[in-house]
Order: sequence, then C-alpha cells, then structure tokens
Amino acid sequence: MNHSRRKAIQSGGGLIAMLLAAGVISPGEALAQSDPFTMKTLAEAMRAVGGPNQTVSDAIIIKAPAIAENGAVVPVGVESKLPGTELIALFVEKNPQPLVGSFGIPSGTVGNVSTRVKMGQTSDVYALVKADGRFYVAKKEIKITLGGCGG
Amino acid sequence: MADPMRIRAVARDGVVNVRVLMSHEMETGQRKDASGKLVPAHFIRNVTATHQGKTVLTALWGPAVAKNPYLEFEFKGGQKGEKIIVTWEDNKGDKRSDEGVIN
Repeated sequence: MNHSRRKAIQSGGGLIAMLLAAGVISPGEALAQSDPFTMKTLAEAMRAVGGPNQTVSDAIIIKAPAIAENGAVVPVGVESKLPGTELIALFVEKNPQPLVGSFGIPSGTVGNVSTRVKMGQTSDVYALVKADGRFYVAKKEIKITLGGCGG
Repeated sequence: MADPMRIRAVARDGVVNVRVLMSHEMETGQRKDASGKLVPAHFIRNVTATHQGKTVLTALWGPAVAKNPYLEFEFKGGQKGEKIIVTWEDNKGDKRSDEGVIN
C-alpha cells in the first residue's frame, strides 16, 4: 500500500473518532452524514439505498454485454417489469465506490433506463429496484478486458 | 458553462423514448495527473427531466457514470411537438439546462 494513502486514511479515521470522543457529533449523526455514494463495499452501499432486505427477482433485466472491451464506457440498461417501480439503482461490486447512480421513476415513466458506466475490472453488476415500497435485486457479471480507471 | 446536451425524443405508440447525451468530464477523483497529484472529482450529481411541467425522470449520479454521460428512458403520454427539458447540476455547482422536441 502507498504510504501517503495509508496516512490519509489514518488521519481521516482519527478525525472522526476525535469528533465522536469530543461529543461534537453523535454516532447517529456520523452515520446519517455518510451518503451511499461514498460507501466502499457493495453491502454497505446497498443497505444505504435499499434497506436490509431485498428479494431476488427475475422481473429485473440487466441489459449489458457479457464481455466489455473498454471498462471506461460500459453500456448498461435496467428494465424492471415490476409494477409500481419507483426507483432503480445501479451498483458495480468491484468499483472503489460500488454505487453508480440511482434513477427516480415517477408514475407514467417506464421502468427502463440505460446509461454508460465505468468499471475498473470484471465484476458483478447489481440492479436494485424499489417497487410498491419493497426492494428487489438482480445481478449480471460483466467481463472487462481493459480497465476503466486510467481514464 | 459546459457544452449543450443532445436530446432526442421520439414518440411511438404513446410512449416517448428519450435519449440524452451530456458533455461532461466525469472526473472520478481517483486519477492522478502527470505530476502525481490527484485530479479532483468533478461529476454530474443530479439530473432532472421534465415534460409539460411534470418531472418524468430524476437521476442521482456518482463519479462512476462514464465520461460524457448517456441517458435513455421512456415515459408515457407525450405528444409530437411537445418539449422536454433536461437539467443537470454537478458537484461544483455548475448547471446546464437544455430542451428537446418530441418527434
């Protein structure tokens, strides 16, 4: 590991611990302030967006190539056939910050969105869908032959 | 101010298919420049699309959306000739709003 990075991580963690100890922020506040985009693991990011319980659903279709040549531009579409779809969120498990983005689907809009994402390496891609107040999830693996983080 | 977006909207069988191409660097904040310094993150955070005053899509993005973002979605009830307005805002507070006409 890179030395300066380690230092930054230590001091960053130290700062939060210090603020907690000094009573400046309560643990609850520290949690509320962290937004899902900064989460470092898939489980944390998914929990931040969609709560602890998600049902695997085959009514969610992830439209993406099985093998993508260029990780900097990977076309990914999500189609939800679940009635009452109100939110679609997209995650790349092995990205440094798994949450790519979320889409709010008002009534009248079809549960079908497409975009292009960056992927650092071969990874499972997850689509999380909120429909009728409940959360559903689907996944698909996309193989990357060239990484996307070098720009 | 960033370059204009390209917005295509086509109505077919009561459903309008909207495709938007935005012009934005979408810098992740993890890349280093030639001198080894981190390039600060710069990416679109919010996207909103409206049709006749009604929001038809909102998006909340992180830096993992690819450079010059592409967005495609569909909504019901749009007619030919009506306008769609797409607005984005990035993490530095830059904004851009463009409109397209449904074909």
